[in-house]
This record gives sequence, structure tokens and C-alpha cells, in this order.
Amino acid sequence: MAPMGPEGMPWEQYLVDEMADTTEFASEGPHTVCFSNAGVNNPWRVVGYTNMTEEVALHEEIGEFIHVDAEGSDDKQIADIADLLAGGNCDILIVSPNTTAALTPAVEDACEQLPVIVFDRGVETDCPVTFIHPVGGYGFGIQGAQFIADNVDEGANVLMLRILPGVDVLETRYSAGRRILDEAGLNVVGAEFTDGDNANTKSIVEDYLQRGTIDAVWMDAGATAVAAVEAFEDGGYDIPVFVGEDQQDFLQKWNDLDMTAIAPTYPTYQWRTPIIAAVRILAGEPVPGPEWVLPQPAITQETLNNFIDASMPPLHYAMCGCEEMPNYPQAWGGVQ
Amino acid sequence: MNFLKRAAPLAILAAGQVYVIVSGGFDLSVGSLITLVVVGSSMLSNNDPNATWWVISVMFGIGLCVGLINGLVVCYLKVPSLIATLGMMITLNGFVFLWSGGAPRGYLPDTFRFFGRVNIMDVPLIRMLPVALIMLVVVGFILYWLMHRTNLGRMIHAIGDNPHAAQLAGVPVNRVRITAFIISSLSAVVTGILLGGFAGVSTDVGTGYELQAITAAVLGGAMLLGGRGSVPATIAGALTLTAIFTLLNFLGLPQPVRQVVQGLILIAAVALAMYRRKRTGQ
Repeated sequence: MAPMGPEGMPWEQYLVDEMADTTEFASEGPHTVCFSNAGVNNPWRVVGYTNMTEEVALHEEIGEFIHVDAEGSDDKQIADIADLLAGGNCDILIVSPNTTAALTPAVEDACEQLPVIVFDRGVETDCPVTFIHPVGGYGFGIQGAQFIADNVDEGANVLMLRILPGVDVLETRYSAGRRILDEAGLNVVGAEFTDGDNANTKSIVEDYLQRGTIDAVWMDAGATAVAAVEAFEDGGYDIPVFVGEDQQDFLQKWNDLDMTAIAPTYPTYQWRTPIIAAVRILAGEPVPGPEWVLPQPAITQETLNNFIDASMPPLHYAMCGCEEMPNYPQAWGGVQ
Repeated sequence: MNFLKRAAPLAILAAGQVYVIVSGGFDLSVGSLITLVVVGSSMLSNNDPNATWWVISVMFGIGLCVGLINGLVVCYLKVPSLIATLGMMITLNGFVFLWSGGAPRGYLPDTFRFFGRVNIMDVPLIRMLPVALIMLVVVGFILYWLMHRTNLGRMIHAIGDNPHAAQLAGVPVNRVRITAFIISSLSAVVTGILLGGFAGVSTDVGTGYELQAITAAVLGGAMLLGGRGSVPATIAGALTLTAIFTLLNFLGLPQPVRQVVQGLILIAAVALAMYRRKRTGQ
């Protein structure tokens, strides 16, 4: 399915052709854009939030950008949203919810007062003007598992590594991946939780290597992918087919070791989109809605070189759509 | 060998922690100090292999300061060690976050990762010898010797048993207590170097290690209120703990079940250790 929108700018593209009318929100600038953020508590959100602030800097119409960080707490985020509404300064509210069910009532309250944009994780109401998100967990899981199925023989041993149970986007990645692997007749030797910890990941892979061969590794997130690769490297084993993610360290490892690999992404460029949407909504221009589904490309051998940048930090998410922005790479922690 | 390599960081950390425990305190700051060492080293070394040695020296310097501050706060401000080191833990965590901006900003060069990562291959009899294991033997021996063969060790036991009596007997209580905190912090620096070497940079590498170290010491028969504890037994406790974790991983139980089993085993193991101590009348 070809995305609609400007070529080469996936953060402005959309997959579902349905527009939300926003003429009622048109107003004179400069605007105050408020953002209630679930947290900046992992490298993915650090990169994403940097994308967002840099996007804000591109728009003169935005007079003030108010960011409140919920630090990963539902309670704090509910209070944050109430405070922003009570303050009365916001022209539009962007919400990246910490959890879906808990934040739904707060978002509903906000909808009654001003236009709301939700992105990343969703809420159980369609009152926001638009809900911005990439294709999602199933797509992520399928891309990686299909790559494995295409590159190993039937009956091959696959190790699945997961961060932790009970997070919806990760569960969907796993269930989709698992289904593809099972249907392809592959032997899933284990599905282990790593807690997203490098040392844990490396230990688990070492343990599996002592018990038998591994022909492919599927991961639901790539932050610990390099540790998993190192377990093979340090033990003197051939590196199997690998599913990582778009973190710089994994991409570089992939290139250095000439691995057979793929990097599905949950693109951090989705943090640019809410700002673009906010500006359009306040200008009364239509935006994709009630859902703005962004494309979610995977990095493959063919495109790998476009994303490798040794000057960026190890956990920089390469699918950031930020390379052309004015303060790249310093703002993202890279060296010029 | 892989198992010993994996257990080495915790074993060294616990062997340092037992100094503080025997002296009658806790050191909760070690986990965040490990994180600081790993993240700080990656920031400072800036991918330059030649920076390793001065970066390691700086890290030991930081460890020394952290231990010294912990000790001074406990001795002179009379803050209980549980609170003093808890405060230090929170402070260091915040500092790491400030420094790194929430995501690691660099890699550790291979020369730094040597200690935790490299296996010396083709060793007769045992096939491979992890450098981390050599570190464990060397550091473990030094800590054993200091604790059980020197005056310092005897004085640490004395102040943990009865600080007032020790003072009357002429033990420089404050100086000994501060030394115990410094040893614990320095062992955390070594642990950080090994963990960073083993698995690379992450911003939560040290999380939970402080409690694991204390558990290992208690498994090894150390008394939580001080006065009693042994370095070799603590190292054995750390190996046991790692073995339990590895075994539970091997059994392939789901994570929540694993946590339940882990908790129960720990309580049972320590209860058993206490029961046996009572029976032997010590």
C-alpha cells in the first residue's frame, strides 16, 4: 500500500485517506501548544522528544511550547492535563498517554475545552481530532519474522527475545512474530524475557548456545541486540540471522560483521507529526483523522548505508527523519 | 566458565558490601555507582582506546569520594547508613541522568571492555579462561586478606559487634567505618568495569545490584546487624544466587512465576542459614 502525502517525508505521510475537518479551530497566531508527555524515560523517547522540540523550532506560528513530563506515572499525567486545562493558556493539547485506559477520562475532559491530538499509545475514545501512530506492533513483528522465514530452512531453531510481558505494543509484536514463525514450520527454541538488560540478554543467549544451535534470533526491540550478537561473537559462533531495530549500535554491528539482518522500526519521526498536525489544525486546514496512520518502514540490507552514522550515540534511533533538520546532529547528541 | 564469568561482578560487589555489613551498616549506593561508572566511562572515553587507563583511574577516584562521603555522613552527621546511602543512591541516579540526558552517549572502547568481556582461549585443561574470573580471584583474595588476616578486619568485626566496647578498646571507630564504606565503593567500581565490559553501556545496568549484594552476603552467613561475616562465604553466596537465577532461566518459567520462586528461595535459604547457625550455637 503506497502512503499518501509528500514523497520522502514519511512523518507527513498517511496510509488511511480520511480527513478530519478543523475549520472550527482556526485562530490567529502565535499559538500556545501544550504537550502532556508520558515520560522521557527511555532512549526512544529521548530521541523522539528531541525531534519534537526541533520541529517546534521550525514553526514561527508557535509562540509558546509548554511541555509537562509525567515521568511514567498515570496519576501525574492526569494531574498534568488537569493543570494545563485549568491554566487556560493552551490553544491545543498534544497527549502521549502513559497507559491507555487510565488516561482516557482525562483526554475526554480535555476534548470538551480545546482540540486534542493523541500520539504513540492510544486512548479509548475518538474525541481527539486525530490519533497519530505508525502501523504498529503487528507490522513490526511480521516484518522481522517474515525475514527470518525467508532466510532460514524449515525446522531451523529460532530464539525469541522479549523485553517484558504485558505491554500491548510488545505483545502484538510477539504474537504476530510467533505466528509467522510457527506457520513457516520453524522451531522456536525459546521465548525469553530480558528486562531490556544487556547483561541478562547476553547471559540468556550464552545459555541457549550451550544447549544447541541457534539459526536465527528474533527480538521485540533492539536496545539489547548488540549484546545478543556479542554472545555469538565472544563464544566463537557464526552470527545467525538477526532481527534488531534501528538503534545506531545495532546497525553498525550489522555492517561491521556483514550480518544477515533486518531492522523493523517504530519510527521516532512520529514525534514530529503532532506538531505539524497542531499547526495545521490551528490554521483550520484538514489533517488525516480520526486516525493518522504513519508508514513504518524497516531498514534492510539495501537501505542500511543510508542510516549508518558513526557520529551518533549508540542508542540513537536512526529512523528519526531528523537528518535534514537544522540542529542535526548536535541536538541528538551526535558529534559534528 | 561462563557461569563464573557471569557471577564475578556480583561476587566482587558482595565481597565489598560485606565490609560495610560486618561494620554494622548497609551500602545501598553501590548499584547507582555501578551505573555511574559504566555511563561515565563511556562519556569520558569518547571511543578513544587510549583513554581507558585514565578513565579507570578517574572512576576509582569517584568511587573513593563516594565511599568517603558515605562514611563521613554516617560517622559525623550521625545519619543511619540505610538513609545516608539511600540518599547517595538517589543522588547518583539523578547525576547519571543529568550527565547522559537519559540515553547513553558513547561506546566503551575494547581496551576498557577487556576486563569483563575477553576470554583467554586455548588454556590447557579448561579451554577458556575469562579475564573476569582472574579479576574475581585477585580482588577476592585481596578482600579476603584484608578482612581475615589484618588488623583492619579485626577492627571492622569489633565495631560491628559492639562499637562502644571497640572504642573503649582503642579502635578508631570512625576511621575504620569510613574505610569499610570506601572498600565497598571501590568494589562497586570494579563491578561496574566488569559489567560494562561484559555487556556494554546502558543506563540501568546497576539497578537492583545493591540488594543482590546484600542478599549474597546474608546467604554467606553475614549478620545484618554487624559483627559477623566472611568474604569467601559471601563470594560463595553470590555464586549460589547467580546459580539460582541461571537455573530459573533454564527452566523456562514465565517471568512472574520466576520472581515468585526467586523470592521464596531467598527467604528459605536465609532462614535455613539462620537455623543452622542457631543449632551450631554461634
